[in-house]
Amino acid sequence: MSRGAPVGRRLVLGMLGLGAAGVAAAPYLQSGYDSFLGAAAGKDPTGITGLLPGSGGFRYYSVASSVPRKTPQNYRLTVDGLVDRPASYTLAQLRAMPQTRLVRDVQCVTGWRVPDTAFEGVPLSHLLSLAGVRPTARAIRFTCFDGVYSESLTLQQAGRDDVLVALRMQDKDVSHTHGGPARLYVAPMYFYKSAKWLTGITVTDRVRPGYWEELGYDIDAWVGRSNGRDDTPTV
Amino acid sequence: MTSTPGSAGPTDATTPPPSERPSRGAQWSPTPRPAPVRRFSPAERLVHRTTAILMLTCLATAGCLYLPSLAELVGRRHLVVTVHIWTGLLLPVPYLLGLASRAFRADLALLGRLTPVDRAWLRAVRRRRPARPSGKFNAGQKLFAGWIAGATLVMLGTGLLMWLTHLTPLTWRTGATFVHDWLSLAMGTVIAGHLWMAATHPEARRAMRTGFSRPR
Repeated sequence: MSRGAPVGRRLVLGMLGLGAAGVAAAPYLQSGYDSFLGAAAGKDPTGITGLLPGSGGFRYYSVASSVPRKTPQNYRLTVDGLVDRPASYTLAQLRAMPQTRLVRDVQCVTGWRVPDTAFEGVPLSHLLSLAGVRPTARAIRFTCFDGVYSESLTLQQAGRDDVLVALRMQDKDVSHTHGGPARLYVAPMYFYKSAKWLTGITVTDRVRPGYWEELGYDIDAWVGRSNGRDDTPTV
Repeated sequence: MTSTPGSAGPTDATTPPPSERPSRGAQWSPTPRPAPVRRFSPAERLVHRTTAILMLTCLATAGCLYLPSLAELVGRRHLVVTVHIWTGLLLPVPYLLGLASRAFRADLALLGRLTPVDRAWLRAVRRRRPARPSGKFNAGQKLFAGWIAGATLVMLGTGLLMWLTHLTPLTWRTGATFVHDWLSLAMGTVIAGHLWMAATHPEARRAMRTGFSRPR
């Protein structure tokens, strides 16, 4: 009697073939799917399209177990380290400073991109000039009130006019899930440089790698020129 | 199909209705109750259980990485990623260790081949006929086993491409992410179906839990 068709083997090999074909065809499938989803999401009152892969929009990443909430009353941003005039600012004081609004794409190092996202806030260079950076300073370390995350920039990078302490995002106050009440925004770099829940700016004499950078991510995270990626630059 | 120990009845048989309670004064039936049939060896059940734990952990961590509401609830992204990667890498290990068991290999041989009986089963399902012939495993169980094995290997391969970022060019990694995302949705759906079948077939569950089933 025949042992029957080897369907198990065919299924395994067929799936492997489909998987390989999927990897190869992904760029074409993705672009077709993106345009379909873009049309569908505009007419989708249920929001289900937001759960499908690659549906655009932001994804929530936090490395901490839980993040305390800060209100305009108890939020403080400190500036210290190698500066002449250390300071601690309330949200109201930050809001009273000159604001810059930038509209750029947001590019995550894991691949997702959100086009034309508005950020508005105080240029980091303004806070640094208020504090008076000493000549021995070389870099900035950023700390966050989630208690875990940290980031870094060289002094030269921190002086760019597209690096902000953002108070508003998409023309609304930065929400808690997006890192509010204030977050860093480093427009030309991958989004992990734009630390959420920013609470400390410390001027240092050398670069101290941040959270993901200790885990192997590039310290100089220019979009399209780091982390082995070739995305279109965001600036 | 050669006769193997434990091939007495289909795995997905529904629980038979309880036999009628003997009415007062009824005679005790002299028919002896058939002995339970061994369906799965302890090694096979261990393979199934460890694979199930690894697969469910992998799916749960995937949900925490992927669904915004779960991600906000759980946080701890680095820990969740580490658990997801290692449960994924360990997923084939129970299967590979199980190959040392003769009973496991025998059942794999049964699962891998679709016999004329299985084609009759598939026809009966398509035509919604209640009589569905099968050996130890029915055609649905065989198709599930082959598909999930292939899908797991694809997830393992694409997962490795996403994890070992320096190995391959970026377009491979983007493609791997695309396949990994979509196939995870398909696997979640199929495994939910597997759990649904288990929930509605207590006899199959008992066989996997105790190793024995009661012949009808």
